[in-house]
Amino acid sequence: MQHLLASLLSGMLVAATPLIYAALGELVAERSGVLNLGVEGMMLLGAVTAFGVAFSGYPPLVAALAAMGAAAAAAAVFAVLALSLATNQYATGLALTILGSGLSGLIGRHFGSGSISSIAKLRLPVLSDLPVVGPVLFNQDPMVYLALVIAAGAWWFLYRTKPGLVVRAVGEAPHSALAIGYPVIRIRYLTTLFGGAMAGLGGAYLSLAYTPLWVEDMTAGRGWIALALVVFASWRPGRLILGAWLFGGISVLQLFVQGFGIQLPSELLTALPYLTTIMVLVAISRNPTTLRLNTPLSLAQPFRPER
Amino acid sequence: MLRIELEPRATASHFMRWGAPLLALLLTVLVIAPILALAGLPPLETLRIFFLSPLSSLNGLSEWLLKASPLILIALGLTVGFRANVWNIGAEGMYTIGAICAGWLALRYGDAGAHFWLLPAMMLAGALGGAAWAAIPAFLKTTANTSEILVSLMLNYVAALLLSYLVNGPMQDPQGLNYPQTALFEPSAMFSTPFAGLRINASMFITLVAVPLAWLLLERSFLGFQLSVSGAAPAAARYAGFSQTRLTWISLSISGATAGLAGMMEAAGPLGQLTPVISPGYGFAAIIVAFIGRLRPVGVVFGGLLLSLLYLGGEAVQMSLNVPASLSRCVQGTLLFFLLAGDVLILYRLRLRSP
Repeated sequence: MQHLLASLLSGMLVAATPLIYAALGELVAERSGVLNLGVEGMMLLGAVTAFGVAFSGYPPLVAALAAMGAAAAAAAVFAVLALSLATNQYATGLALTILGSGLSGLIGRHFGSGSISSIAKLRLPVLSDLPVVGPVLFNQDPMVYLALVIAAGAWWFLYRTKPGLVVRAVGEAPHSALAIGYPVIRIRYLTTLFGGAMAGLGGAYLSLAYTPLWVEDMTAGRGWIALALVVFASWRPGRLILGAWLFGGISVLQLFVQGFGIQLPSELLTALPYLTTIMVLVAISRNPTTLRLNTPLSLAQPFRPER
Repeated sequence: MLRIELEPRATASHFMRWGAPLLALLLTVLVIAPILALAGLPPLETLRIFFLSPLSSLNGLSEWLLKASPLILIALGLTVGFRANVWNIGAEGMYTIGAICAGWLALRYGDAGAHFWLLPAMMLAGALGGAAWAAIPAFLKTTANTSEILVSLMLNYVAALLLSYLVNGPMQDPQGLNYPQTALFEPSAMFSTPFAGLRINASMFITLVAVPLAWLLLERSFLGFQLSVSGAAPAAARYAGFSQTRLTWISLSISGATAGLAGMMEAAGPLGQLTPVISPGYGFAAIIVAFIGRLRPVGVVFGGLLLSLLYLGGEAVQMSLNVPASLSRCVQGTLLFFLLAGDVLILYRLRLRSP
């Protein structure tokens, strides 16, 4: 029983990690008014890049950085269209997802049978010796901890620094921000690139640590769940962590259910995260006033300075 | 640093209206060629097989229309919603549910005694099934403000898993050696194929009827006007008293019904049974088709013909060079990027400026 609970908790932390990365990046981008529906595609590009680099014998750190670069490059393409050319953000993001899934499949077509060793666990001294929780919470790979550090950093940036305030202002009232003299488009470029890099890191976590191999479309909708998480979190980093843990918990529920010997169709269990996403969205969006208060006002609206 | 600036044109550019899509296609080829080279494929040879070989035979033409038909049908439905800013990206799931509903009828009543009503009933079941699946995001959007984008997308995965469950369990062929598939449909549950040796079938007429209907709805009806206004100027639509709830329901139901019908056409056409994977990504490709057609029914026809050509090209390359089908999605995504960028040139001029 204790062992089962420990593996559930540990699985939850691990499954939540790619979601935290991808959703954090998207959260910051959306705070500045950019809705990038290409998260799924950028995650896939990150995953395939990271796997390819690690497979060629480079250390995980290099692989993760390469993944961030590749996904940020994809985000830059999105930014040129959606920001400089002010195209429809929905359609442009969808194009990025389609391109990312296609391109990653093409790049990874020879990776099929390859395998790499997973990222080594990082045992935090003393803490990992605590009974029950110690081995679960303090004996994970470094990327699990890094996700939480970045989340705290994002909170600090958005709410405690002046550039963070500017990002939020750009998302709420881009024309006013421009009038005061802030370069709206340039700021949105930066947040979009950050969003891309984070999505790439989330993808890298999947192919380096979560399941250290490459499978076509291995993100299986996690990019979209990350988008839903941002709404769930009401665009706040703290709540995003809670949401990611919730989703992580649900996606490892399969272990739990099997542990108790409950017979359910495996498809139903696999569908749980998607169904939960829908239910959570309903719960969070039901009150139109709070939803409107929390949503960045200029979200997904093309910005043309001359108007 | 050079800055790209948009300068509004005095009038919309006629040249760009027609030239932009061609320019987009050309640029797509120019971008894809080096990607192919990087992926270790001979670029020119691959492109030749991709774009030219599918149309060099009668069978190729038949396959071309066979693929274009569902793409056009789904895209026509999506166009209705996109006009009104209702972003249904769950056509893939609606397509799957339509195929499941029609397939159930086919397996239940498709015995030796030929029922003249079976095929029409399957069409109805497919359309209703797709519309019912679309009713979920519609209901949740209109009652709980949930994003139809995320809900309809999540339901894609749920529909795919439901199909997988059904063909592995309740609907599995009892004589099928445990393969995950249903029994083959009887001829009475399938569209007739008028040309011997070619797979093209009578379901083509459904799309042929749908195009003028969509044109009437979108370009000539008050409802079509309401949809366009609520998409382009939501505030104006509110002042005019157009019900956003009603328009959301209509958009999603229509796009669900067309996607479901397309799924039925595939199941009762080239497939003739249900298997775990019944769509080569038509639901997503149809989004591109709608945009290539600039959300106009006649444009959608051209878009559907173009994208189905890309699908065939992908298959041809897959067979002759052993390249995964993902090449098609690569080309599709790149093309959509350039189309979106190209359309900016209709209303704007690009200026490079150094500050």
